[in-house]
Amino acid sequence: MKHLSVNHLLGIKDLNKNDIDLIFETADHFKEVINRPIKKVPSLRDITVANLFYENSTRTKLSFEIAEKRLSADILNFSASQSSVKKGETLIDTVNNILSMKVDIVVMRHPNVGAGVFLSKHIDAKIINAGDGTHEHPTQALLDSYSIREKLSTVKGKKVVIIGDILHSRVALSNIFALQLQGAKVKVCGPTTLIPKHITSLGVTVENNLKNALEWCDVANVLRVQNERMEINYFPSTREYTQLFGINQELLNSLNKKIVIMHPGPINRGVEITSEVADSNQSIILNQVENGVAIRMAVIYLLAQQIKR
Amino acid sequence: MSSKILLNSKEIEIILHRLACQLIENHNDFSNTVLIGLQPRGAFLANRLKEILSNEYQIKDLKLGLLDITFYRDDFRRRNEPLEATNTTIDFLIEDKNVILIDDVLFSGRSIRSGLSAIQDFGRPKLVELLVLIDRRFSRHLPIQPNYKGRQVDAINQEKVKVCWKEIHNKDAVYLEHNS
Repeated sequence: MKHLSVNHLLGIKDLNKNDIDLIFETADHFKEVINRPIKKVPSLRDITVANLFYENSTRTKLSFEIAEKRLSADILNFSASQSSVKKGETLIDTVNNILSMKVDIVVMRHPNVGAGVFLSKHIDAKIINAGDGTHEHPTQALLDSYSIREKLSTVKGKKVVIIGDILHSRVALSNIFALQLQGAKVKVCGPTTLIPKHITSLGVTVENNLKNALEWCDVANVLRVQNERMEINYFPSTREYTQLFGINQELLNSLNKKIVIMHPGPINRGVEITSEVADSNQSIILNQVENGVAIRMAVIYLLAQQIKR
Repeated sequence: MSSKILLNSKEIEIILHRLACQLIENHNDFSNTVLIGLQPRGAFLANRLKEILSNEYQIKDLKLGLLDITFYRDDFRRRNEPLEATNTTIDFLIEDKNVILIDDVLFSGRSIRSGLSAIQDFGRPKLVELLVLIDRRFSRHLPIQPNYKGRQVDAINQEKVKVCWKEIHNKDAVYLEHNS
């Protein structure tokens, strides 16, 4: 019988290949469930999940919320901007207060790196990291790999290039770990200022020329330029970034193969990717969103399975 | 562990034909009736019945679905072993259909209870009937009884009824195993 090897989902770094396989197999079943006329199963009827979002989010928050509802869990939603955090309450106090309301699973997004790990050491609940600063965003990486597996039937041996702001991207780091665990080859591509200095120590290669990177890859995962995390100018202008690292249809047509285009959202249309590409049949951006619900259902279900009363 | 044979392959063959005939008596040409096998083990029985009905009794376009009940079970988090899901493949709506739920062994009735909840998610059936190969009497936790049964067995709780199918075990047979 199969278990996850971890008690929380804090990062892909803690997982092994079997965990990823188990999550994907479980997600396959949930994907069938969410395409039924009645898209709900009663598994988590007596489980309460708190969604703690200390940072803005649309997709991830809605995706977790719908995943929890599809599993019949009870939900508490919390956004830092409308809470006592503003009055000076600490993270542990906030969470312990929420746990006193008998919460079993905490889904947390936080601007600080390691917030999930910190929380898992201090409170008695299952923690799912929904993004911690520039560190990890495990469910996004899982749904990205799952979408590649769905489109290309396997992740093993595929060449994936991650394009854009690698420096500020938790999606990039989690994706690198997840893809490598499944035997894919990973390259990162972007302006040198947005590529972390020691990134090659993770076993990825670096390419500064977008055309070369696209010629090499089977899948291009295009990231957003995270202006909100930039305190200095990393490139001269958005216009120049678009000219050097923006993906457009002309560029894709010039390749001698058809690559798969992914984007974790939100898209800055016309900056890192043109509307034409984002809405083309090469793009699996909306499949990623659908798969996100199935993956999150699988993760919540597998962790909830470990809760004993 | 001792084991005693309850049904051999010949007896199973006869029982399957008898069950098929009983189904035809009540459902004629199956125009408004679907078979739903409960995963994983009821699927073998359901597939076998479908084969007999379509090959030997010329029932055309018989619909068969396989239903996984893992996410509807009442022992989630209450058992030591994790529950492992299998595939659900029901590519038709069961709204207003006569549904025949099919499983190999009826014991506590809890799987069937889960199956009844699960089936609701595919529409509102007109009628649901239950067909089992083995009905273990005196062991029910819920008020659930089969409409069609292959063989009734009186077994104590320490005993286990094991159904083997030639698709996975090389031969058809039903055993009563006793843990002593």
